[in-house]
Amino acid sequence: MTKILSQIWVVIVMNITSIGQRIWMSLAAIFAVAVVVAVLLSFLAMTEGFSKTLEGSGSNTVAIVTRSGSQSELNSVLSRETINIVTTAPGIAKDANGDPIYSPELYVIVDGIKKTSGTEVNLPMRGISSVGFELRDQVSITSGRMFETGKNEIIVGEGVLREFAGFELGTTVRFGKTEWEVVGTFSTGGNAFESELWADAPTLQSQFQRGSSFQTIRVLLETPDDVSGMAEMVENDPRLFLDVVTEADYFAQQGEALNGIVIFGWIISIFMSVGALAGALNTMYTSVANRAGEIATLRAIGFSNTSAFFGTLAESIVLSVIGGFVGAMASYLFMDGLSASTLGASFTQVVFKFELTTDLFINGAFLALGIGLIGGIFPAARAARLPVIVAFRGAN
Amino acid sequence: MTDETLYSLQKVSKGFVKGKEKITIFDGLDMSIEKGDFLAIMGPSGSGKTTLLNMLGGVDQPTGGEVWFDGSRVDKLSEGNLAKWRANNIGFIFQFYNLMPMLNAAKNVELPLLLTNLNSKQRKKSVEAALELVGLSDRAKHMTNEMSGGQQQRVAIARAIVSDPKLLLCDEPTGDLDRATADEILEMLQLLNREFGKTIVMVTHDPAAAKYAKRTLHLDKGEFVEKDLVA
Repeated sequence: MTKILSQIWVVIVMNITSIGQRIWMSLAAIFAVAVVVAVLLSFLAMTEGFSKTLEGSGSNTVAIVTRSGSQSELNSVLSRETINIVTTAPGIAKDANGDPIYSPELYVIVDGIKKTSGTEVNLPMRGISSVGFELRDQVSITSGRMFETGKNEIIVGEGVLREFAGFELGTTVRFGKTEWEVVGTFSTGGNAFESELWADAPTLQSQFQRGSSFQTIRVLLETPDDVSGMAEMVENDPRLFLDVVTEADYFAQQGEALNGIVIFGWIISIFMSVGALAGALNTMYTSVANRAGEIATLRAIGFSNTSAFFGTLAESIVLSVIGGFVGAMASYLFMDGLSASTLGASFTQVVFKFELTTDLFINGAFLALGIGLIGGIFPAARAARLPVIVAFRGAN
Repeated sequence: MTDETLYSLQKVSKGFVKGKEKITIFDGLDMSIEKGDFLAIMGPSGSGKTTLLNMLGGVDQPTGGEVWFDGSRVDKLSEGNLAKWRANNIGFIFQFYNLMPMLNAAKNVELPLLLTNLNSKQRKKSVEAALELVGLSDRAKHMTNEMSGGQQQRVAIARAIVSDPKLLLCDEPTGDLDRATADEILEMLQLLNREFGKTIVMVTHDPAAAKYAKRTLHLDKGEFVEKDLVA
């Protein structure tokens, strides 16, 4: 066994150290694998970043109430009467005065211009109260000040500032017939709320002719389990036609829309892998052909065909792993942390950052290994079957 | 066959099919090689001398007859067992040296020892001894592509003898060398035969090279033409 292993090791070392003799073909194989891995990781980093942005937006102790079947905030409408009934539900946390803690919110679409493409996009503008701030973790004013009630003032999320033109502090923006002054910017720790513009809710209702209606209400629960009691109460009340879920579940459902992109990313990568596989096979067949004399000489000396097989396979795997590493590094350098925006479930832009995690790198490594294994196994079998007589033909 | 017989080919035949044509190379060939012999095999192209060398080296199998080596029949061995048999008994010296360009001289010479049970220290000692014998002790760490053709063939000889095989098979060992260097290599083979008792079979086109051997066999169309030299 030791002898076999030492034979295999010698052949592996010889193959790897002679890669320089086939440098261009080897580089082509490395490049092909690198591109495939980079593409896969870019797709996965995008979905990972998007999912994390949405997941980070939701709290387990905040319930979001929308009109039944509305699926997103944009499609929901709640009357003041409905809100008054819902806020009597059990399990809602109370403030020092014994009043339920809740935030009725307005959610409208306004226009924005994407910096990277110059295209017009939908941006979400939220009418919110001071309680709405308290219901969101990590919210902070990063520059300027908070909007004042009764005034056409907005604060913009850091994501909006980064991705869309014309929202700098102090500027005045026009939405339809209304004008709004940007008085501050805010951060919510990188989650989806940073893709929004926030204004005083009653002012927004007035300027957008929404009367006393809202889109949603958020309520603070005493415990996460209280959401079921609240949902039960809503279901049993014939006056209410509502959905109640925790904010965490709400955003998780929105994130599921991205599952299709993950599958698409894998399909694209697998198709591209076929190309990389062809490159790897070509490189390895050429390698075996170039080293036919060496392989046959070793066999003549007494080396086993197993060593020729594993030596060739190892070369293929090494090239693929190098390609995978290069692809992963390229993704890391150019994609990790890259800010982008895409259409969310409410037909508005969600700003997110590409995020590469260890799990994603492992996916890339497995893809590279797969290409190396499949691309090496057939040439390796050819190497193992190579007639020893080749050594006597001066094929060195 | 006597105790002194190292190799014996009995009624060996060898042929292959090319297209629809069946080509016969040997048909009932008999041959015997004694221990300590230094045999040159000559013959025109297509006479079968390389095929004979391949069969003697266990890299090609006869289609009929029997091949005996040191009292054991070897023509029925499996591919795996033949590889082990070659590792234990045969040292190859090729026309174009067949060294591994990515390894230095010492590592090239060490290759056959990786198939033995010797530890690293023992292997190193054997490699040093083999390189000293061929006069290349001072070039052990040199890459073989930095060496002249004669030096490369010396490394190849060191590789062939390092595991102390019973038989050295040389395929045109001086075919790629100038006359003076060729003479040096042939003198070395002669020394290995005379002083160390190595049995050597050398295929060559060169009559001058054949003169270094103890005896010469001429092959023509798959038959030895000087019957008195054949056992």
